Amino acid sequence: MRIKPLQLSLLLGPCLVLTALLLIVPLFIVALMSLTDWQFGAGTWNWVGLGNYVDLWNDPTFRKSFANTVYYLVIVSVCSIAIGLGVALLIESHESLRGFYRTAFFMPVASTLIAMAVVWQFLMHPTVGFLNKVLSWFGISPQNWLNDYDLALPSLAAIGIWQMAGLAMVMFLAGLKNIPMELRHASLLDGMRHPLDRLLRLTLPMLGPTMLFVVTVCSIRSLQVFDTVHALTQGGPNKSTEVLLHTIYSEGFIFFRMGYAAAIVLVFVACIFILTLIQQIGMEKRTHYQ
Amino acid sequence: MKNPMHASLSWQIFRHVVLMAGAAVFLLPFVWMLSTSLKPADEIFREGFHLLPQHWAAIENYSKALTQVPLLRYLVNGIVVCAGILVLQIIVALPAAYCFAKLQFRGKRLAWGLVMMSLMIPFQATAIPLYILLYHAGLLDTTAALIIPFIASGFGIFLMRQFFMGVPNDLIHAARLDGMSEFELVWRIMMPAAMPALIAFSIFSVVWHWNDYFWPLLVINTADLATPPLGTMFFKNEEAGTDFGPLMAGTVIITLPLLLFFLSAQKRFIEGVTLSGVKG
Repeated sequence: MRIKPLQLSLLLGPCLVLTALLLIVPLFIVALMSLTDWQFGAGTWNWVGLGNYVDLWNDPTFRKSFANTVYYLVIVSVCSIAIGLGVALLIESHESLRGFYRTAFFMPVASTLIAMAVVWQFLMHPTVGFLNKVLSWFGISPQNWLNDYDLALPSLAAIGIWQMAGLAMVMFLAGLKNIPMELRHASLLDGMRHPLDRLLRLTLPMLGPTMLFVVTVCSIRSLQVFDTVHALTQGGPNKSTEVLLHTIYSEGFIFFRMGYAAAIVLVFVACIFILTLIQQIGMEKRTHYQ
Repeated sequence: MKNPMHASLSWQIFRHVVLMAGAAVFLLPFVWMLSTSLKPADEIFREGFHLLPQHWAAIENYSKALTQVPLLRYLVNGIVVCAGILVLQIIVALPAAYCFAKLQFRGKRLAWGLVMMSLMIPFQATAIPLYILLYHAGLLDTTAALIIPFIASGFGIFLMRQFFMGVPNDLIHAARLDGMSEFELVWRIMMPAAMPALIAFSIFSVVWHWNDYFWPLLVINTADLATPPLGTMFFKNEEAGTDFGPLMAGTVIITLPLLLFFLSAQKRFIEGVTLSGVKG
């Protein structure tokens, strides 16, 4: 259907203008800014070309931050997906208490992470925390979860898993619902009697597209870890929990080195772009396959 | 013959044991928060764990939490910001979604590409220029700064377009023959038709912006303008991490509204998550 251009621009115009203004133009500015040494508040700036990126490459803080982000991404994605899938399969296998379990595992996703981070900090408290109390029942010495160089990042990852596993679970539940019942009956008639057999040869292959999607969503989300880091460790101790978004935050908004921060933003966006691309390619393969 | 589709008793027991243990771990922080918020300080530090306090300190903890920092103020701010964002998002996205679903025009593919691109780019990527823009506009540290960056929602357009595609063209033709203008058509025919998508999107938008911490942290300095997540941090710093009873009471007050909202709308919310795959 066609309508008058004036009406069209009134309906669609605001959306397009705002998207351009709030997204495309800022993105363009970030890209330009990353090629300068501009500092927020400074009147002058110099064109430094790829200088910021060379500095990033040689900056031990950035390297640590990047490595930590990848570590966090892998641990949190893998564990969340494994727990989410396991829980979804168990919940789906029988109807009793289904609603309760679904809510229990999903509650962390819907809660205010920053407030729950305060609770976690209390649970992980070195002297009065519940976690150390549990350890002491087994005769294990208490740990300084959030202030120990080797333990701080895994502790944050544990909170991340707690928060994200429910999200993976819900997506897997939806994926499981989409497997037609007839297929299950047919597999039974074909002699797939053992549940493990059915799991490996029917359910998991049918979950393929869902899996690809869950992996992408979870990894993009864990790439964006910021709240718990800022609230609980501030990147410490000794940069052991420094992650990309936190580095962007401190470079840009604490030290006001906008050019340098913009370069990290571009690295961050590139990572997300690559993850999305992998999903697109995976989806493409699947459709050609059929 | 035993029906293999029917779960055996041992399997059922296994299922409940594993899921119950998991649920206990996942719910522990919530239970702990609630339990601690009811206890006096000396019981919090005592050895051993009791779910309910021997001496109730709920009134002291909660009144201390409410008077030390303006917690209720933060909640009101959260409501104002979320409502503002949601209303503006719908005003902008709904007509656009209608155009993409039902109209033919030049440059449609390009415009749609723009919307899809906005779905992919994380908000943090544009935070620096938006911050500078708001600085020059003199809007830093205002409620407007919390709302403006989120008005154009590619996610909302995407979700509603999917729904509009299913609305029969005959309905639109009939409305036009009745002399309805395009604007009336959008708001009186299309909006009611898209109610399920609109509700799913609203739940999403509210949860998303209620919990956002990154952006308020950047643009807000005045305590009076803080949203609940930012208020939590003010409160935590105020308490300096020693007075756990009031601190936990405070986190209960901040967490509870959204959690109750989720529990009441959970069916739709979970549907929404699976339907749309969550904007990451």
